[in-house]
Amino acid sequence: MLSIKNLSATVGDTTILRDLSLSVKPGEVHAIMGPNGAGKSTLGNILTGREGYDVTGGSVEFDGKNLLELDTEERAREGIFLAFQYPVEIPGVSNMEFLKAAVDAKRAHHGQEELSSVEFMKLARETCKQVRMDQAFLKRGVNEGFSGGEKKRNEILQMMLLEPRLCILDETDSGLDIDALQSVSDGVNAMRTADRGFIVVTHYQRLLDYIEPDFVHVLAKGRIVKSGTKELAKELEAKGYGWLDSEVA
Amino acid sequence: MSEFQQQALELARQQQAPDWLAPLRTSGADQWAQAAWPTRRTEQWKYTPLIPLQKTWFNRWGEPDLAQAGSIDWIDPEASRLVFVNGRFAADLSSNDLPAEVVRFAEAGPEQRALIEQHLGQVVDSERHLFAALSNAWTDDGVLLHVPAGQQLSGPLYVVHVSTPEAEPTPAGQRLLIVLDSGAQASVVEHFASTADSQSGFVNSLTEVVVGDNARFRHCRVHLEQEDLIHVGGVHVNLGRASHMNGFTLAQGSRLKRIDYQINHRGEGAELVLNGIYLPRNRQLVDYHTNVEHCVPHCTTSETFRGIIGDSSRAVFNGRIHIHPDAQKTLAELSNKNLLTSDRAEVDTKPELEIYADDVRCAHGATVSQLDPTALYYLQSRGISRLEAEVMLSFGFINELLREAPEPALQAWLRRHLNVLLGRPEQLTRHLDTGIEDSLS
Ligand SMILES: Nc1ncnc2c1ncn2[C@@H]1O[C@H](COP(=O)(O)OP(=O)(O)OP(=O)(O)O)[C@@H](O)[C@H]1O
Ligand SMILES: [Mg+2]
Repeated sequence: MLSIKNLSATVGDTTILRDLSLSVKPGEVHAIMGPNGAGKSTLGNILTGREGYDVTGGSVEFDGKNLLELDTEERAREGIFLAFQYPVEIPGVSNMEFLKAAVDAKRAHHGQEELSSVEFMKLARETCKQVRMDQAFLKRGVNEGFSGGEKKRNEILQMMLLEPRLCILDETDSGLDIDALQSVSDGVNAMRTADRGFIVVTHYQRLLDYIEPDFVHVLAKGRIVKSGTKELAKELEAKGYGWLDSEVA
Repeated sequence: MSEFQQQALELARQQQAPDWLAPLRTSGADQWAQAAWPTRRTEQWKYTPLIPLQKTWFNRWGEPDLAQAGSIDWIDPEASRLVFVNGRFAADLSSNDLPAEVVRFAEAGPEQRALIEQHLGQVVDSERHLFAALSNAWTDDGVLLHVPAGQQLSGPLYVVHVSTPEAEPTPAGQRLLIVLDSGAQASVVEHFASTADSQSGFVNSLTEVVVGDNARFRHCRVHLEQEDLIHVGGVHVNLGRASHMNGFTLAQGSRLKRIDYQINHRGEGAELVLNGIYLPRNRQLVDYHTNVEHCVPHCTTSETFRGIIGDSSRAVFNGRIHIHPDAQKTLAELSNKNLLTSDRAEVDTKPELEIYADDVRCAHGATVSQLDPTALYYLQSRGISRLEAEVMLSFGFINELLREAPEPALQAWLRRHLNVLLGRPEQLTRHLDTGIEDSLS
């Protein structure tokens, strides 16, 4: 479903991704780990078409389409979702209005009728319950004054409402208390289906106890330096990233 | 005297006004005739040239087609309203039974007349406000709202001024006097509207308000005329002891739109909240000048203006708070934030605090920003189009102030007309403030 081949990208004069290849098939969960500044968030940004990055080589295909040609919103409507490492506050726009606009845009793209306000509200409330988020958050401004953990839950709420084909979670576990980690993981696991793929970026092996990955990759200095199964995550937890340098070199 | 000044005096001579208004009219005309015409070097008009006014030839008063004005989308069709079209009272468009507290100058009884004579032209300083002098010179009718001590006006009063184009450009004077005796309460909405056609007129509006001790005044003034109309207006208020004013104003831009607010804290413990929004686009201009005088101790001012400036438009905000030596224990805050949605948009903002008392708490600030690329990206990453994302951010920028508009019907109306306010297709604004989240328990 997603096929990244030899992707290189720069910001200004700095090369951030080098010759990165990764392929995700429906139903698979790929975990990406790696040191700070390795390029993990950059990968998510490039996959969602954020401005400011230049792709200098390689290709990205999503369901047979050249992803790099699409605008950010088109990618989203095609089914790519990024749960942000740092979700953005949009003061003055209620979460509910925002969510409905997003869901309507996606449905229109797929030739489906818009949900009525009543239908949508029912759906939003049910989804809130699933991620154990108080409904009061629907009325508030988008992420406005939300705590770190509340913002992350809100990302999962959006993901569940938008039903993407490919979910990219960028450190969604960082800053979560144990209960929040549980509900976020439950949300993700509930969405694990045979036709949906996940890329889960994390620094902590613990998340992978909740969301069991099929593959674990280590991203360092802009490329994937090692891939394995969830055992690799345990090894990293024990040894850190240092030993990989010697192995790669 | 400039040519426009002469024209304006000639227009005053053409009017037939009640005799008892003659003193006001004469002194206004004298001041107007003697005033130096503003130039680029005149501080008050530095960023707002009066050229559109000078370039238009006004030589007669309007005789509007009242029927045309019936197409206006009333903010609250159920509420009491007086409607003027190009400055003429339109009885057919106005409420049949107005509250007893309301009367037009033309129909004022002896007591009301005495009240008008006592206050009209007295709240405003027509030495300092050139167009107030003109308004005095042109006053032949107007509206008086007088709420006696301890009483409350039963519902909001709407004073609607509609502009429609005529065969040649016509001016219109609009005059409102509000007197709230001690402990009285009232809510007034001034709605400046126009038909959709290109306007050729000039509106000179002036509102004077006396808020008595312990009185509570809610006031909204929205300027939503078609962009070719010229409008120069002012709101001048005296606040009595422990009185309270909650003011809200909104303006779309036009060829020339200049609105002044002058509010004087005259009695100790008066409280003022004044919020404003300006939304110029295309090649329009909006200029808000506000001046709050703290003359006595223990008064508070909370003033917030926000503007979204699009396309090749221009905004001017000049907000001054002046704290006199006696005004100890003043609390005053002035904030002005501007969002430029195009590279060609411009704003001149100047918040000024002048403090001559030592025991006060004051803050002021102004910002100018652009649409936040990260926020746009976040919205787009959820499938929302770039254009809709821009509209959402713009709306978010002013929504906090919209929510605080003191009249719920106006709030709802503005939200229904966001597409007009932001100058965007309805398709892009329809997700905003649908009230959908209000139905959540
Ligand atoms: N817009 C930018 N301008 C300059 N440098 C950038 C920009 N975006 C990313 N970088 C740099 O690219 C590198 C990779 O950043 P990225 O955010 O992808 O790292 P990461 O792997 O997500 O790190 P972390 O684990 O800390 O979140 C960093 O050195 C970062 O400073
Ligand atoms: Mg990161």
